[in-house]
Amino acid sequence: MHPLLSPINRFGLYLLAWVPMAGILIYLMAVPGKLGGLDAAILIIPLCLVYQFVCLSAWYSCKAAPLQKSSGQRLWLTHLMAAAILSLFWVLLAKLLAFGLSQMPVFRGLDSRFASQVSVLFGAGFLLYLLSVASHYVILAIDDSNQAEARAQETSILARDAELKALKAQVNPHFLFNSLNSISALTTVDPAKAREMCILLAEFLRMTLGLGEKASVPLSEELTLLHRYLAIEKVRFGARLRMEEDIPEDTKSVKLPPLLLQPLVENAVTHGIANLPDGGMLRLSGQSRDARVSLTIENTFDPDSTPIRKSGRGLKNVRDRLEARYGKEAGMFVSAENGKFRVQLSFPAETEEVKG
Amino acid sequence: MSKKDEKKITALIVDDEDLARLVLRELTQTHPEIEVVAECGNGFEAVKAVAEHNPDLIFLDVQMPKLSGFDVLELIGTDTPVIFVTAYDQYAMRAFEVHAVDYLLKPIGRDRFEAALERAKSRLGEKMPPAPELAAAARLPKQFLDRIVVRDGTRVTLIPVGKLDYAEAQDDYVALASDGKKHLKQQTIASLETCLDPEHFVRVHRSYIVNFERVVRIEPYGKDSRLAILADGTRLPVSRAGYARLKTLLDQRT
Repeated sequence: MHPLLSPINRFGLYLLAWVPMAGILIYLMAVPGKLGGLDAAILIIPLCLVYQFVCLSAWYSCKAAPLQKSSGQRLWLTHLMAAAILSLFWVLLAKLLAFGLSQMPVFRGLDSRFASQVSVLFGAGFLLYLLSVASHYVILAIDDSNQAEARAQETSILARDAELKALKAQVNPHFLFNSLNSISALTTVDPAKAREMCILLAEFLRMTLGLGEKASVPLSEELTLLHRYLAIEKVRFGARLRMEEDIPEDTKSVKLPPLLLQPLVENAVTHGIANLPDGGMLRLSGQSRDARVSLTIENTFDPDSTPIRKSGRGLKNVRDRLEARYGKEAGMFVSAENGKFRVQLSFPAETEEVKG
Repeated sequence: MSKKDEKKITALIVDDEDLARLVLRELTQTHPEIEVVAECGNGFEAVKAVAEHNPDLIFLDVQMPKLSGFDVLELIGTDTPVIFVTAYDQYAMRAFEVHAVDYLLKPIGRDRFEAALERAKSRLGEKMPPAPELAAAARLPKQFLDRIVVRDGTRVTLIPVGKLDYAEAQDDYVALASDGKKHLKQQTIASLETCLDPEHFVRVHRSYIVNFERVVRIEPYGKDSRLAILADGTRLPVSRAGYARLKTLLDQRT
């Protein structure tokens, strides 16, 4: 599609640009004593109407000879020849028009009066076409750069998606090896417990892989995953890991990006509970009200030995994912006071998709 | 005493996880020559147990609350052979390789355990590499200490680096001034300097490292030397090179 025709406002602008052109041309053609102002106008206005469409053809030669890829010689030859031919055609058209008009009593003798100005019209036609060529090259360049920008943007979005996906699917190797060590210990003292833990670990891994594929999951599913994770850590830490959960049933159906809470809970265990010789409390709470969901993860931590990182990698990952999904609608608040580390997430409740 | 008893090797198991200790205990049970004299659930207990039992060998977990395995090694000195145990810590593993320290990976396999034990037995009586060097090798580059561990008898004190005013070299020891008290620690001042963040701590003199935040002014003192006056009134000597380092840091800050 011709770039000047497709967006309708661009075409309108092009037509408008011809109005002053026609004006200038009338001024140039009208010479007192030879061609009168009215004579010039009656000739030029219909001529311009035709020529503005003729000039649109410059697009095809511009596309055939792109600026960067063609030699200068070829460029000039192509466009100068086209300009000469089209301008000649325009002059012939003008002569025909002048002859036709001169048959009318009002414009008697117009053809002979016009004859002296033929060279002016030819020159004008020639230059107008070249002007059109130049503007087409400009438009082509603008379109190219827009396209390149759009492509770059698309690539960066894809890269970000891939990065988030990779972060989502990460299972902490530390967690994995420690769990395997616990299982290996249990095999002799409590084989049934060892098997139970194998199954918990397998279910956790399977859910981690499965959930990463989805765009969003109900909170209940994320909680199931967290329960598996915490059950495994409970075997490792025993009485040191104490848990509380306060999430109303109706809140469990809200949707959220998968594995959003998992890194936060993992942080709470590895940077909070694991650093306390006597262990501590991990508390999950949440509610949904007025189409907003609020979830809080709170854990005891040791202010002396745990460097407080409000911008650690896990936290940054969660913040990025919230922002990518909800933009400014989402909020994440991190606080560390009185030996309690707290992360509060707040985001709009996603409504159930209507199917069919 | 029978000949068998003479050969007994006393060992200590240190890990904050019950099940991890259980695995090690089980693995040592097949070796009658090894006697597990104590099991410890954290570093503080470990320091006490070492003083009490003076074991021949320690199985020491790297990741523990409050005091890490490296901290424990630093506090007990280098006379007792240690076999480190870790789940997955690439930097610690690299540090062990570099310093030829025995280590075991969780889950611990029988073969690896036997090999490490044999090696440790052949090295009984050898010294361990200095703990600060080992710990420094295990830290990420550009990562510095956030607290210093000090032992007085069996009492362990943790000094957050923000609370350290200055350190003074005293022969093989450094005296750490914090909260108006001085803690002695067996470490060279050069080794301590490498563990501290150079953006907060400056070696102002051959024998002194100062916490930059504590310095209130610098006064000239004799020819070519100066004094740093700290917030609490302490006066520390500043050498010419030390003054240049102070100035560089000051220029960076302003």
